[in-house]
Formats: sequence, C-alpha cells, structure tokens
Amino acid sequence: MREHLVLIGNGMAGVRLVEEILERDPERYDITIIGKECYPNYNRIMLSNVLQNKMTVDEIITNPYTWYEENNITLINEDPAVGVDTANKTVTCEKGLKIPYDKLVFATGSHPFILPIPGSQKHGVVAFRTIDDTAEMMEAAGKHKKAVVIGGGLLGLEAAKGLQLQGMDVTIVHLAKWLMETQLDERAGKLLQGDLEAQGLKFLLEYATTEILGDERVTGLRFKDGTTIDTDLVVMSIGIRPAAELAREAGLEVNRGIVVNDFMETNLPEIYAIGECVEHDGKTYGLVAPLFEQGKVLADVLTGIEAKPYQGSKTFTSLKVSGCDLYSAGNIMDTEGMQSIEAFDGVNRNYKKVFIKDNRIEGIVLYGETADGNRYYNMMKKGQEIADLQSIAILQAAGEEAGSDDVVSWDDDETVCGCNGVTKGDIIRGIRDKGLTNVAEVGKVTKAGTSCGKCKPQVQTLLEHELGEGVTASTGICSCTDLNRDQVMTQIYAKHLTTSSDVFRELHFSNPEGCAKCRPAVNFYLNVAFPTEHKDERQSRYVNERMHANIQKDGTFSVIPRMRGGQTNPQQLLQIAKVAEKYSVPLVKVTGSQRIGLYGVKKQDLPAIWKELDMVSAQAYAKAFRSVKTCVGKNFCRFGTQDSMGLGIKLEERFEFIDTPHKFKVGVSACPRSCVESGVKDFGIICVENGYQIYIGGNGGTEVKEAQLLTTVETEEEVIEYCGALLQYYRETGIYAERTAPWVERLGFEAVKHILSDAAKRKDLIEALDVATAVKRKDPWHEIVGDRDIQEKLYSIDRRELVTVGD
Amino acid sequence: MTKKIFLTTADALLPQIGRSVSIGNQKIALFQLSDGRITAIEDYCPLTGGPVLEGTVSGEYLYEPLRDYKISLLDGRIQDLDEGQLKVYELLLEDGDIYLKGASI
Repeated sequence: MREHLVLIGNGMAGVRLVEEILERDPERYDITIIGKECYPNYNRIMLSNVLQNKMTVDEIITNPYTWYEENNITLINEDPAVGVDTANKTVTCEKGLKIPYDKLVFATGSHPFILPIPGSQKHGVVAFRTIDDTAEMMEAAGKHKKAVVIGGGLLGLEAAKGLQLQGMDVTIVHLAKWLMETQLDERAGKLLQGDLEAQGLKFLLEYATTEILGDERVTGLRFKDGTTIDTDLVVMSIGIRPAAELAREAGLEVNRGIVVNDFMETNLPEIYAIGECVEHDGKTYGLVAPLFEQGKVLADVLTGIEAKPYQGSKTFTSLKVSGCDLYSAGNIMDTEGMQSIEAFDGVNRNYKKVFIKDNRIEGIVLYGETADGNRYYNMMKKGQEIADLQSIAILQAAGEEAGSDDVVSWDDDETVCGCNGVTKGDIIRGIRDKGLTNVAEVGKVTKAGTSCGKCKPQVQTLLEHELGEGVTASTGICSCTDLNRDQVMTQIYAKHLTTSSDVFRELHFSNPEGCAKCRPAVNFYLNVAFPTEHKDERQSRYVNERMHANIQKDGTFSVIPRMRGGQTNPQQLLQIAKVAEKYSVPLVKVTGSQRIGLYGVKKQDLPAIWKELDMVSAQAYAKAFRSVKTCVGKNFCRFGTQDSMGLGIKLEERFEFIDTPHKFKVGVSACPRSCVESGVKDFGIICVENGYQIYIGGNGGTEVKEAQLLTTVETEEEVIEYCGALLQYYRETGIYAERTAPWVERLGFEAVKHILSDAAKRKDLIEALDVATAVKRKDPWHEIVGDRDIQEKLYSIDRRELVTVGD
Repeated sequence: MTKKIFLTTADALLPQIGRSVSIGNQKIALFQLSDGRITAIEDYCPLTGGPVLEGTVSGEYLYEPLRDYKISLLDGRIQDLDEGQLKVYELLLEDGDIYLKGASI
C-alpha cells in the first residue's frame, strides 16, 4: 500500500512541492491537500496584475481543479486544518474530518500583519493577500473614491497602483524615510517616489498611523502628529508573519516560524515544513524563489533521492508597476567594510549601485534600466571576483554593453528565471531533449518566464544560441518563417511579389498558405509595396476587417457609423434611433472616441442596417486611420484658441479609410487643457494662440505612452501635411500590428523627426500616400450594400430543417 | 435508406471563408479549401466555447478566431495541444448542390 502524504496548505509552496514529487515519482504517495480558500492553487504574486487589470483571476490559476483530478490528489478545500495529533498521526479539519497521515508537510504560508491600533477591524480595512482581498478592493473601488495604502513596500506600491488604475485617488502612508527601504537605498527610493508621483500617486512619508476613524466603515486615519486624512478604504501592507499557530499547538518547535533543518525536517519525525511558514537558519522568507528552492530539496527527501542540503536563499525583488523598473538583491545596508560602485544618470533617470565586500558583490540596487540585474545576481551567487571588470562606462555606444547575451557564458546551474527557480541547465535540457523552439514553449515546459517575465530576453538568447535559425516565433513575423518584417519587405520589392501565395512560395514559408498571424501581415505589406497591383485578399483579413464590423464575444457584431470630428445632427440621431429600434439593437452606447455604437447586431442584419443608416463606416474595427476626437473649439469654448472641430473634420475627410500597420488615433484640442487627451494619441494636436503643436507616438492603451512634441506649425494645411507624411512613413516602415509608440521607439524619435522635418520628404510621402490610396479609399459599407452577391455569400445564414429525402 | 439534407450550393461559398448553415439548433461551418475541396465542421470549439466560422483557413487547417487554435478541417482534430476534436460532417456533392449525409448528423 502506498504511503499517505498530507499537505496542509494549498498555496504556491505546497503545490509546487507536490509537482516536484510527481515529477520524481508519481506512484509514490497517495496525496491529500488541505486548503482554506475556495480556489485551486493560484499565483499569488500576480494578484497585483489582476488589480492592475493586466490579468484575470482565471489567468492566475496555475493548477485548475482538473490538475488535482488527473493526478489523483484529494483536495479538501474551504476546510482548514485545525488540529494535528502527532501521536496517532492524524490531522483534523474544521468541519470535523480526521485524516491519517504517514508523512505530513506544513505549507501554511503567512498572515498579513495588521496594525494593532483602534479601528483596524472596521469595514473597509483589508489586507492584500488573497483573491478575495483583491475582489473586495475592486468592489470598493467601484463604490468609493479615496484609498489609503499603509506600507510603501513592494506589495503596498503594487496595491496602490492597482487601486489607482481602478479609478481611486490613492495615498500611500509609510513609516520610513523612503519607499521600499529594505530593498532600495535612499536615492533609488526617491527616484521611485518621483516617478510614482508623476503617475498621480500621493505619499505621506515618515507618518505613523495611530487610529482608524469611522463608525461601521472606515472614514479616515489619524496620525501620530494628530493630523487626519479622509479615506473610504484602507489597505494594510506592512508585512507578513509566518502562520505557525497550528504547528506550535502540535508541539513543533516554533520561533518566528516553524524551525526546520537543511532538509526541511521539523523537530518531529515524518513532519516537514516549507514556504513562508518556516524559519531556516534564523531566517524567514516572503518571496517566491526560496519557496521553490525549498520545495526541490523536500521533494528529493520525500522520494528518497539524496538531497543537497538547503543553504538559505539569496533573494531579489522587482516591482510590477509600468514605468518604474527596479531590481534589488542581496545586502544593501552600508555596514562596516561595505564599499559600493554607483552610477547615476539623471538624464534618463537610471541608477545603479552595486555593494561590494572583499572584492565580491554583496548587494544590488538598479533603478530604470534593470537588464543587468540577472548578471550581477549570478556574479553575487557565484561569489565571482570583480577585480578584472570595468566598473563604470558612461555613454557607451549602443550594442557595446554586455546585455543579455552573456547568459550564454553562464554555468548550467546559474538561475535564469529567479521567480520559478529555473536554471540555465533546465532550459538548455528542455531545448535539446524536448525540442522546444520558442519562449512560450520553454515557459510551458520549464516555467521559465511565466511569472514576472523579465527573463524572457535571456530565454530567447539561449534559444538562438542553441538553435540558430531554428528558433520560431520571435525572430520571424510568425512561426511559418524566420524572416522578420524588413526581410520579408525587401524580398517583396526585390522579387516583385504581388500576391500572398507568391510570398509564401518564393520565401519558403513552412505553411504553404500561411497562418493566422502572417496572412493579414503579408496582405498589408503587399498593399503598401504594390498598392495598385496587389488585390486585397479578403480571406486574409482578420474577421473584423473582413466583415467590416467588430465581432462580439457571442458572435454578434457592432455597428459604429462615422461622425467626423465627433459632430452629429438631429437627422443622423433620428436615423440611428430608428434603426436601433427597428432591429431591436440590444445596446446603444457612446464610444470612447465620440461616436455612437450599436452593439449586439446580428450578422445577417448588417447590410440592411448599413443601408438604412445611410452613413459611412467609422472603421472602429480596423487597423486604419480611425476617428478624430475633437473638442468644441473656439467657436463655443471660452478657452479655445482655434477651430479644433473644423480641423478634426478636415483631417478625417482627408485620411479616412487608409490602412495602417495598427490603428491610428487622432485628437485635436483647442487649447493646452487638452480635453480630448491629445497627449496620448498617435497624432495629437494642441492648438495654441499662434498655431498648432503636433505630438506623435502617444498611446493610452495597455502601456500608456506620452506623445512627443514633433513641431509647432502655423496653419491647418501644415497640420494636414504632417499628418499625411507621418501616416505614409508609418505605413512604409511599420511592423504589422505595431502601434506608433513602439514604432517611434524602434526607429528613434529623432530619426522620425528628421524625416518629417524635411519639406521635400513630406511632399514625397504624401504623393506616395495619395497614389497608394487613390483607388482604395472607399467606404466599405456602401460597397457591400451595393453588392448583393457579397451580401449573400458573406452575411447570410442558411437555415435548414431536418426533412427526409429519398435517396 | 440514407437521408440527406440540402445545405447550400457550391457557388454560394467564397474560397477560404466560412459559411454558416444551421440545422435545427446545430450550427455547421462550411469551408471551401484553396484546392476546391468542401468541408463541414461543427461551428463550436470545445476549448474556447466559441464559434470557429470566422477563422483563417490555411490549406486543410483552420485557425479559430478566439485563441488561434489550429484545427484540421478534415478530421476536426485540434492540432497543437493534441487534445479536443470538433465534429466533422460528411457531405455529398450533386450538380453543384451540397448535401449533408443524413447519417453523419
């Protein structure tokens, strides 16, 4: 009979241990996992991404219920262990279940520390540790305005940023003199604070909270100096303490955490502990990498493999807040005998400090540019002497720095992915033995790069080093080819290729008809290269562009007619209302770009609706010149300096229905108050008394990017000229599906500016644009409304009944 | 006796673009491949729970639109993950008319 292994705790450390055991010897144990929460195992570190709307709860589930079933693991969820009888070897759960064990593992994690001050039990005071906490914070954000986060550490800052993105006004209260004081030195802490303040977060440093105010629900905080602040939500993020109560009651030795030796054994036989609940060599850990290292040791022990003793972990930290890259590892205290090498680039807000003792790296703080973090970290882990290395190089030419390439020269036991404890050797073995050919596959098999993702460039470097041309996905435009955009484009011109099938054949794509990634890309490139010869390939267009409507999640579509400059009139509104009523459109909504959208339209109704609306498409579904957002301008607004709406309409009339590598959004504001948010548009205008400021490369989406000032011009005609030139230059050089922000970054803002500042070049670009789009600038809806054949073939649904027909 | 059900005519299909036919509450996606062959597959991906009709056709494969899973239009198997299969229907072609073999429903 198999031995029964019982694991108390269904979190990251415990479940990773089980995975490690299953990998070594899947038949060894009958396994039972006891958990408190009502979810399968999830990646707690990613909760801040959920709060920041970057991921969903489903996406952070690492082991779904099916994983437990497939591996014959009994999961007792929402029923925490409340007692351990070490004499009779049983665990008792809250609901009375008694489970016998042969081996017992504590992976009970930790509790968030709650300040022992009056009011800390009030409604609206939460910790940030579980899915439920996160849900509570998101719910509060929906109802309330103001939030305070107590604690300016890693988790507190991520919580604050998340709440801000949920629409709250957030203040961070921190006891120390600077943020993340245990991971950052003062200078890096202040840099971080400055960048976060620029993003709109507020800080109260060196403030001690003494009381939480309010009746049932929190209304404010009182500080030691007697001052108060109003708030509707308090998030406590001031640290954790090991959850070791159950172990203590069971008679295990407990200091701060459950005391374990180098083999994760407690003082009692057959009982082990790992994760945040343990204390090893006087240290407790609250980061993920040590938990995984401990899990590996214990998995060896439990499967009878000779284990290397656990010798403690060197940890590192990075912060998951856009625009604030930091990296910290090791000992960063200026203690006796500690020296440091420091480099501060105030222009680019980059800061590097390496702490040195006895000629070896002891600690690392990086802010801004953090690519070197892993390299220093491995030097620190290895104890490498630094005497031979150049300490600082200022204004190096691009490409000279060591960068991520040197991962190739690392030893196999050096860690590439610190979050998941994946070594270079693990990745190399995966590539060689399992035939992995891209970063995503390496992640699936080894887990490298699947937590914070910062090591993905190094994984890519290893793939390239191992496979050369055999690497898929990231070098080529898709997995059908190793050629990148520029190579494909060059060949299209050189060989004068005018159809997709020519491209796939002549350039030896592995898929003779391409895939869903390269098909629309190649169609676009051909369109740019040979606009008059290439015939648009409807079957290569993504569904939205093929149907000229945005597909919704249930298979219905949306209809968004064009209202140039956001201007409409009573006739249009009546028409839209009539159509919405006649076709029982489930949702009518004003869109983010000042248009009116009809949502939930049935596919077969699309042509009729377009016909009855008698308006043209806003192409709100296309990679194309989109709507121009405008403010009302000087004809009505007291602050307006120019006719922004008029200019917006002119721009739209001039450039609508032009395809671009990705969507191209435009805004015209009549004054620097910028009501239309021109600062985050691909092409943004801010009108001033003496002319028009032109900004380019802004993005308000996933990664917010501020547009950069290209120039100031005096007339509307010049604005239109610059817009056309930019459009064509972007079309000619952009990678399909690349927004202007990364495009500007890739080409270099100065390089783009140089081209566009040249009047002769602008003229050429506009001429090229006009030639390319002369025949193609058409409203797609009218084409379809006038083409019965296409209506029938593309939009109709045949309905048949089951009728028996004699054969 | 075999039953057959008229679906649509071959000239109502656009190459490499799906056409939707429903029989009762079964939704079927018809495709004409680049070599002219016509296939029929259930318009429901078991992995995404969504329709496949609007996907991209390449050779005898379909990249479904929600998560880009590659599905064989000949046997319905989902390729990359090696798991999951969509129902494929047998067709009869007569004088440019497309029929479903009754037995395959």
